[in-house]
Amino acid sequence: MIALIAVLVSTAATLAIGAYGVRIARTTSDFFVASRAVPPMWNASAISGEYLSAASFLGVAGLIMKYGLSMLWYPVGFAAGYVTLLILVAAPLRRFGAYTIPDFAEGRLDSPRLRRLATMFVLLIGWFYLLPQMRGAGLTLHVVLGLPRWVGVVLVGTVITANIALGGMKGITFVQAFQYWLKVTAISLPAFFLLAHAVGGRSPTASQLPSFAKATTIELESKTRFVVAESTTVDVVAGKLDSSGVVGRRELQPGEHRASAGTTLAFDNGALVPHISGMQALDGARWSVPNGGVHRGNAHPLFATYSLIIATFLGTMGLPHILVRFYTNPDGRAARKTTLIVLLLLGAFYVFPPVYGVLGRVFAPELYLTGQTDSVVLVLPHAVVGGLAGDVLGALVAAGAFAAFLSTASGLLISVAGSVAYDLLGGSIREFRYSAVGTGLVSIVLGLLVVGVEINVLVGWAFAIAASTFCPLLVLGIWWRGLTSSGAAAGMIAGGGLASLGIVLSRTSVGVGGWPSALLTNPAAWSVPLAFTTMIVVSRLTSGRVPRDVNAKMLALHLPESLRASA
Amino acid sequence: MPEIPRRVTVTSSRPVRRAPPGARMHSLAEVQEQSELGGVLLRSLVRAQLTLALGVLLGFGSLVASLPLLFALAPHLANRQVFGLPLPLAVLGVAIYPVVVVTGFVYVWFAERNEREFEELVHQS
Repeated sequence: MIALIAVLVSTAATLAIGAYGVRIARTTSDFFVASRAVPPMWNASAISGEYLSAASFLGVAGLIMKYGLSMLWYPVGFAAGYVTLLILVAAPLRRFGAYTIPDFAEGRLDSPRLRRLATMFVLLIGWFYLLPQMRGAGLTLHVVLGLPRWVGVVLVGTVITANIALGGMKGITFVQAFQYWLKVTAISLPAFFLLAHAVGGRSPTASQLPSFAKATTIELESKTRFVVAESTTVDVVAGKLDSSGVVGRRELQPGEHRASAGTTLAFDNGALVPHISGMQALDGARWSVPNGGVHRGNAHPLFATYSLIIATFLGTMGLPHILVRFYTNPDGRAARKTTLIVLLLLGAFYVFPPVYGVLGRVFAPELYLTGQTDSVVLVLPHAVVGGLAGDVLGALVAAGAFAAFLSTASGLLISVAGSVAYDLLGGSIREFRYSAVGTGLVSIVLGLLVVGVEINVLVGWAFAIAASTFCPLLVLGIWWRGLTSSGAAAGMIAGGGLASLGIVLSRTSVGVGGWPSALLTNPAAWSVPLAFTTMIVVSRLTSGRVPRDVNAKMLALHLPESLRASA
Repeated sequence: MPEIPRRVTVTSSRPVRRAPPGARMHSLAEVQEQSELGGVLLRSLVRAQLTLALGVLLGFGSLVASLPLLFALAPHLANRQVFGLPLPLAVLGVAIYPVVVVTGFVYVWFAERNEREFEELVHQS
């Protein structure tokens, strides 16, 4: 009940702040970019609020619980992506005045065709990123309130669509800033309570397989196959286990077992936790290894780690909803200041999700059996703290999680709908509203269809594709005069196309292992260098197509503000 | 009696689609490019900023990129405890974020210094 109120308040506040913003927005440019009059602290909060998605709020903790400390590279990469963005892109891009990546592609290289190609990748990356937000919303309402999963998807989809169709960016800036502070409160406050309760308890890295820290009763919602590592005693309270409906205590032999939907199992304190089939049970030593990937086989953990580093460090600048935010800075220097504050805000946030992942291994090990490690942030406060305090903290994280879906999905929807409105339609506010509604509806439908794919797997692909397409476009476009539209197009097609192909192949070719599998599931390590090389080589071959006013463009990118005013 | 001016409607001929970004800089660019000096100065600024960017990235990148290798070559490090935390958690979960922020500060400080020096050069010339 408290959780329901918290989620509703979070949602209502989002709508109310958005509606307040509408009255301020007057012109088309106001509507889209908030008049560029947002002070750095607000803007940095808004950027961070928009960036901290379901992947950060729920996914990171879930991955750490499931795969171990190697998953710490996700939050590190999510934060460090802003370092590369600050150093290579922030100020020049703001000075250039590009509003979106397709804008930059066309403005820098004078090619409407390149703009359309960039738009295609904006849509692809945007969808990859939008779907996990929907999935996270469905999961949250399901875990916290017991509602069917489609409710969360429809609720989030409807709220962001309405908000954007009515408010545009001005409303969104305030909403996003508010949501950063909500999220950081919602993740940090319960974490302190959890730590206080956990001090002196069992270490998550103790050299053993996960076991129940207290007697635990679990009701399995759906038909579940699970694996027992050592013979374990279980009390079957209800339902069918291994096709037998007999209730009472039973000894489970090592190996795979099947339970029907609705089966309720009770485990003793200290019993080893059975793991859902497909999830590997890790002892403390293996769980602590800081290198590795999330994918099956995972034959080359060091390679997977480096590939993830490359994808996140270089992919952030290419995410379609990030660049738009920099346009709301008044100038290039403010863009740098804003990014610096963003680094602080993100660092302050990312210290906390791992707390949940680490403690989840000790205090919510039943998630290894149900397979729902993605929900560890949501269930842990109640599991550890208990009582009214646990309810309140649980409600707080639910509200924070909802803020995460709402803010990131809003930013993505603006970008995707903006691309549709500008590049496929005429570009008026009316068309933007129509495409926002259309995009929102499509994402609701797709959100209902995506099940079973982990939040961070989808998000990881979005980063890999962004790093293989827009990162080289932006970096070479800003720093190298010799880039041509042909080179940029070839590089984006080679890097982004092959990375996407790798991802598709990795999902379909199950039997392949070893290096081929490692290369396909972690494409960034080869697709990013490939994209850069292709861009440079093809640009050299087509050097006649370097824009004639390339010097003017370099001036626009790099000239400090003080000299602009005097000229 | 003076004739009352007829009321006219003034409309903007601006197309709905925005002009490509960067376009508004043209006149300024032409001014700058008339002097060869302007072009040379700008090139020097871009080169200085790129050198700075690559230097900071190289430093930060090599520091971060050495960690997985370190943990791979010395696996026992993962089991060390620092302030009651496993070492990987202490490094990747906490200690790395101050490094991220400091890297950002250092870069911004030097980037602004480069720009100030460029401004002085331009005003002198």
